[in-house]
Amino acid sequence: MAVLQYREALRAAMTEEMERDERVFLMGEEVAEYNGAYKVSEGMLEKFGPKRVIDTPISENGFCGLGVGAAMNGLRPIIEFMTFNFSFVAIDQIINNAAKIRYMSGGQFDVPIVFRGANGAAGQLAATHNTSTESIYSTIPGLKVIAPSNPDDAKGLLKSAIRDNNPVIFLESEVMFGMKGEVSDAEDYIIPIGKARIAKEGTDVTIVAHSKSYHIAMRVAERLENDGYSAEVIDPRTIRPLDIDTIVDSIKKTNRCVIIDESNPYASISSEITFQIQDRAFDFLDAPIKRITAKDVPAPYAKNLIEYYMPQEEDAYQACLSVMYAK
Amino acid sequence: MAKQTNKTSTRRAAPKRKPAAKKPAAGKNVEQNVVPDSLSLTQEFDTYPAGKYTHTDLGLSEDQVIAMYRNMLLQRRFEERAAQMYGKQKIAGFLHLYIGQEAISTGTATAMEIGKDSLITAYRDHGHALALGMSANEGMAEMFGKVGGCSKGKGGSMHFFDKENRMFGGHGIVGAHVPVGVGIAFGHKYKEDDGVAIAFYGDGAAGQGAIHEAANLMSIYELPAILVVENNQYAMGTAVHRAFGQVEFSHWAASYDVRGSVADGMDVFSVVKAMQDAIASAREFKPTMMEIRTYRYRGHSMSDPQKYRTKEELDAKKNEDPIVRLKAYLLENKITDEKTLDAIDDDVKEEVMASVEFAENSPAPDLDAIYDDVYDTRDYPYLA
Repeated sequence: MAVLQYREALRAAMTEEMERDERVFLMGEEVAEYNGAYKVSEGMLEKFGPKRVIDTPISENGFCGLGVGAAMNGLRPIIEFMTFNFSFVAIDQIINNAAKIRYMSGGQFDVPIVFRGANGAAGQLAATHNTSTESIYSTIPGLKVIAPSNPDDAKGLLKSAIRDNNPVIFLESEVMFGMKGEVSDAEDYIIPIGKARIAKEGTDVTIVAHSKSYHIAMRVAERLENDGYSAEVIDPRTIRPLDIDTIVDSIKKTNRCVIIDESNPYASISSEITFQIQDRAFDFLDAPIKRITAKDVPAPYAKNLIEYYMPQEEDAYQACLSVMYAK
Repeated sequence: MAKQTNKTSTRRAAPKRKPAAKKPAAGKNVEQNVVPDSLSLTQEFDTYPAGKYTHTDLGLSEDQVIAMYRNMLLQRRFEERAAQMYGKQKIAGFLHLYIGQEAISTGTATAMEIGKDSLITAYRDHGHALALGMSANEGMAEMFGKVGGCSKGKGGSMHFFDKENRMFGGHGIVGAHVPVGVGIAFGHKYKEDDGVAIAFYGDGAAGQGAIHEAANLMSIYELPAILVVENNQYAMGTAVHRAFGQVEFSHWAASYDVRGSVADGMDVFSVVKAMQDAIASAREFKPTMMEIRTYRYRGHSMSDPQKYRTKEELDAKKNEDPIVRLKAYLLENKITDEKTLDAIDDDVKEEVMASVEFAENSPAPDLDAIYDDVYDTRDYPYLA
């Protein structure tokens, strides 16, 4: 095991896959000469040269479309969004082209492309720069959506995403880029897409949380442990396809569930997981499922408001007590 | 108005300004950012007027010209029959006819190396597909929504794809496929396979930002790409002059520092020559923005009352019919005779009728096929 930052794990994944497969290239704003707006691609231009690490103008619609065409023509592009807030400029390329061309062509054309970059809130950036996009992209058949919470998952899942023959939305986090963690140094470390991780086993309540919210879940589980309750924490890691079996198996054991999700709540990941749980495990539930999400408003700027906007550890803790009827 | 010339491969004398993209390492050897000398800017464009070129000028054999005629006629008869089938409700959804524009698809295919070069277009796509070699059977069956269709009945009229002939679609969102076309060209350059990608779009799509981004990317990456606006004068019912400040679409090339050219889409030889030059240029990584002036004889789609144009305008344009023009050329130059052309006409009609029969007889997709080809494997856990 090596200790890597989240950004270093991403870089290691891209580097290994580019060494392994000549068809893989990285394109995006400031990925080459600037060394990456968040230094994810630091050193990659030097290593691979300008043919494979390519700066773009500020043209998300254009270079995402370019990536789709390159993928249709046999390459395996990694397209970096500086943040996924800017993916909305290119959402037509993602939803109408990347996700649908295989289907519309009767399976003639693969679109093996990874759209990756920072997702979700990152402080006092106000409404346009704080969007959690996983609910939006997960609703689209044809896409896969991944949101790793730690460096190890980031590496193993990004390698899988690059090898996948389908378009993959790979959601990182500005807040987590500097986070350190142990990363497997197994040769060719691959984590399969669509497999949840049971981060902590427990018996009294199941907490489902991905990306940054996973870390809230672990803190809540620790507090509950101190109170004498055993929480099971599940990080879905992949949002689409969702490993609902692992979640349902846990509910059958704990009979209670709290979901922590940084998305806005309406028609979101948490609502989808909630539906699927009641659909498959209604008789196992001893309490209504609770969710802690971002508030149902655009992200505000003011310090106190953005803190209030985000999912709160205390609320998640109280929700867990509530579903256990422990208060 | 900028100076124009008939000469091919003329370039304007303005200083090149290319991004400092090709350097060995970040932060090292950063090139001086060059500001162009606007005061000395001139731009020249290549023009390809109708009636200027003979088939021998273009290196085409008589057999090739006859094959081009047959192909244009096939597109015409195929679509006439498709319109009839739409009336009979055998074809549903949107149906956009290419009738009047066939010289563009056929002329382009003639200049391309089929199987090596790539083509992508918008939703008025039947002509391009048939020109590249898709069978009438696959096309008609696709519009009938049958498994024998090119996209197994999943795409319909607007989404014809033919990987074998490097036809990359058939795209329904106006302008959105043009960056994809530039990406196909990027793939050709990256793989060093000497291929060229040609992206067609209509004058209506020229208003989309995607066109601007695509043109700029093709320029800075020096891609083997050709962006072609098929200017049929109307975006649905909006005349070009009502939608654009600069209606000389080839002049847009100056903004992106690429080759600009304009061809006459009513003369297939004008299209062939313009495409031959653009393809040769693209193979040397000099992209082109081309305008081809054309006219669609039918409405935008099947539900178009066409109140935006006069009958006189339409009749005048019908006198320029590219198929009639090529037929006259074949006869005047004694390349073939009426009898042979009649036989071709019969043969094409038969092929089209056979495609209707094929489409009728091809089965509808199994309901279970709804889950095919969303992802590359069938084991995706779809929600029931």
